Amino acid sequence: MSRQSLAKAHQKIQELAWEPQYHEPYMKYGTDYTFRKASKKDPLKQVLRSYFPMQEEKDHRVYGASDGAIRGNMFRQVQERWLEWQKLFLSIIPLPEVSAARSMPMLFHVVPNPELHNGQAIQMIDEVRHSTIQQNLKRLYMNNYIDPAGFNNSLRNFHNDYCGTIGRQFAEGFITGDAITAASIYLTIVAETAFTNTLFVAMPAEAAANGDYLLPTVFHSVQSDESRHISNGYATLLMALSDEDNRQLLERDLRYAWWNNHRVVDAAIGTFIEYGTKDRRKDRESYAEMWRRWIYDDYYRSYLVPLEKYGLVIPHDLIEESWKQIWEKGYVHEVAQFFCTGWLANYWRMDGMTDTDFEWFEYKYPGWYDKYGAWWENYNRLATPNGHNPIVFEPVDYVYPNRCWTCMVPCLVREDIVTAEVDGVHRTYCHEVCRWTDVEAFRPTYMGRETPNMGRLVGKREWETLYHGWNWADVVADMGYVRDDGKTMTAQPHLNLDPKKMWTLDHLRRCPPLQSPNVLFNEMTDEQRTAFVEDYRRQGPAGRPAPASA
Amino acid sequence: MTTETTTERPERSVPKPQFTDAEAGAREFPDSGASARRYNYYKPAKRKQTHYEDVTVDVQPDPRHYLSQGWIYGFANGDAGYPLHWTKLKAWGVDLPEPERGPGTGGGGKDLEWPAHGWHEFRDPNEEWELTFYRYNANVVRQVNQNIENAKQAKAFDQWTPNWINFVERNVGAWMHIEHILGLYVFAACNRSGPTNMHNTAMAVNSMHKIRFAQDLALYNLTLSEEIESFDGAAHVEAWNSDAEWQGVRKVTEALTAVDDDWGESIFATNVVFEPLLGELFRSNLVQQCAAANGDFVTPTVMGAGEYDYAQRDLRWTQACFGPLTSDREFADHNKALMQGWLSHWVPQCLDAARTLQPLWSQPDQKPPRFEDALDRAKNRFAGILSDLGLDAPEELKQ
Repeated sequence: MSRQSLAKAHQKIQELAWEPQYHEPYMKYGTDYTFRKASKKDPLKQVLRSYFPMQEEKDHRVYGASDGAIRGNMFRQVQERWLEWQKLFLSIIPLPEVSAARSMPMLFHVVPNPELHNGQAIQMIDEVRHSTIQQNLKRLYMNNYIDPAGFNNSLRNFHNDYCGTIGRQFAEGFITGDAITAASIYLTIVAETAFTNTLFVAMPAEAAANGDYLLPTVFHSVQSDESRHISNGYATLLMALSDEDNRQLLERDLRYAWWNNHRVVDAAIGTFIEYGTKDRRKDRESYAEMWRRWIYDDYYRSYLVPLEKYGLVIPHDLIEESWKQIWEKGYVHEVAQFFCTGWLANYWRMDGMTDTDFEWFEYKYPGWYDKYGAWWENYNRLATPNGHNPIVFEPVDYVYPNRCWTCMVPCLVREDIVTAEVDGVHRTYCHEVCRWTDVEAFRPTYMGRETPNMGRLVGKREWETLYHGWNWADVVADMGYVRDDGKTMTAQPHLNLDPKKMWTLDHLRRCPPLQSPNVLFNEMTDEQRTAFVEDYRRQGPAGRPAPASA
Repeated sequence: MTTETTTERPERSVPKPQFTDAEAGAREFPDSGASARRYNYYKPAKRKQTHYEDVTVDVQPDPRHYLSQGWIYGFANGDAGYPLHWTKLKAWGVDLPEPERGPGTGGGGKDLEWPAHGWHEFRDPNEEWELTFYRYNANVVRQVNQNIENAKQAKAFDQWTPNWINFVERNVGAWMHIEHILGLYVFAACNRSGPTNMHNTAMAVNSMHKIRFAQDLALYNLTLSEEIESFDGAAHVEAWNSDAEWQGVRKVTEALTAVDDDWGESIFATNVVFEPLLGELFRSNLVQQCAAANGDFVTPTVMGAGEYDYAQRDLRWTQACFGPLTSDREFADHNKALMQGWLSHWVPQCLDAARTLQPLWSQPDQKPPRFEDALDRAKNRFAGILSDLGLDAPEELKQ
């Protein structure tokens, strides 16, 4: 490599900065933020002369490890419980990654600082890397793991599945609406700086504990890029902070981005780490412990709080509330239980919990067994077809929940449900912050201020509503979650691959039709709705019906 | 006599490997066969799915394929996802309505044919994904660095005449700005806009080439400042900002970033019109032609790397992108008329800019082939590209 110092080289490439003389670039994307005062230096100080060989070297290590895994028969010691959940994770993650690449030009348009554009361009390339390297990892799993179903139709699954739609917030949220809200606050300040710690550091550690060292190989390589992206976000944030008019928007966007990331990432990654593992050593960290370390201490206390002195209004209340959701209200456990309740609507096999798992959960989350133990015992009892229906139709003290219109995770912490009538439709939300996000934040005015660039929450956000009244066999066939014999389901509520133990469309045909709780909610009278919500708030934990009134 | 002592080590708490036998082929069950071990949600362009297709196709969803719940975030104006109207170009099928989805409709993709429209037929002939673009660009920067290092060792720059030093510091230097602007504000800027992941990834890769080449030129310029006492490392900025010869090219370059909300026109005008008529005119028909005669065997190797990017890779994907649109089974006439209009708009601007560059041909001591001959070569090359695309050379080319 050149002997020129990196600092000198980086300084030289600043001479490329462009001040238009004849034509201003077309401004496709807008923001309600203003950048009148500050300029910031490019924190990455990366030049492509060293960047490309560095990334190539990282690739050599990744692909060398991939070869090694196959030659070393890694799949003889991979835990199926773990790899099945990767069918969900790896179908989701390549889109958010490539969306991050697509979001970078939105920042070129609105951040008037050519020096930062260099770092954003490098991030764009990194993100294309992440998307394709993850698609490739999934391809390797498909080729070498015992059960390719779910990997092989991965993107069709992802695009049709409600879990995929929840995950898509983590992609469309980066590329749509106000450019700073999307590509800076939601993507780099919160998603990358806070939550990639659990995504790309904590989760790979769990993969390794389950015999899979390829996921850590790929995702730690990815995370080594993420640390650079964090600098991009920080520089833009400091620029935004120097203009006082932005502070109200920053407060809004941090609240939205924090809460949405918590709802989405903690739901998914929490479930993978707690319910996808076979490693039940008592001294291994639980997701709650990881969260406390990576997100509460490393992000909130070390990164976010110091920004307060620059005028950033930190959503302390939401951070504490998120912790409360995880630690006191069992958010992750409720989500995992819901995933498994609705196993038949998905495309991976979901293993039940054993006595060893119960013991670990009770140790890590005292009181867990009393809340969730009986339901998991029922899950195991009903795992293989034996004249009964899937667990969602059986009397196991579980009330199928309403969808949250904003984050699209159901309203699982029952006491927190709130509702609003928007455009003539009664919507349910899992929490007041999700109601605020829809009804107040994603609107053309915010606290009396015009916000014409703010995005909109659109789409068919309640999955069940699409299939209201359908027979379950038709639902699963429509989504395409069927194996190559044309009838055996891709998803199963156990890991037994004996065809006699596997559920088929024939088993589903006899089940009652799918009923969308949100459709039913809208069919109620106002009085019925009020009573329904009152009852709902008394339900749980673990989805239990409300106790009979005294 | 020896005494044997053993110290018991406390057992470390680490995950224990377990034999799970979860490898392919360990059991037979529905979907266990080899035929189930391929991505089955898309049709390959050729008989066999390529590695490139596997890691790229369908990552960016399309509501006309799957995507049962539709796009879930929108812009304030109602646009969401990757709208097909972000270019005026059309591929067959785009005017057909999206599947209606609502209460009780199901996923809405049941009876859809795939591909639902012609945009999804595009494949980058360079088959670029992360493995390939890091290999390629790492090789380029390694080779460029080695060439420059070798020239430094060989004292190759000592042979340069003052006139040639002036030519390189101002003119070769000025070119870095063009690559940088096109890389960031045309190609990277458009990678949010294309209709499929294949388009957007190709644009992102094209932008990498441009940004890398701009930096190659900048860092080469830095080396020359260090190696040649009289080399003015800041002269390129002055030339770019003030030299009359460069203002025409600058004007067109900036205009390319200002195309009014049409990624198709931006990419077409840059790679089909600007590059052959101005890019190759300067790089291949001026710098490459006269450097050696002026004692410079290094600059052509740096310039040549950028030229290869365009001629062998960026032009290839561009042709694969736009060519099929001129013979589109539904919109061929529409697309041809649109592209011919773009040619009428951009060709005169590029030719005017080319003529403002003409004085550069007189600056070196050892002269390159005549400007008119160089321009003719560029025009012929351009006409060939148009012919390959199924387009007519515009009248304006006769200027």
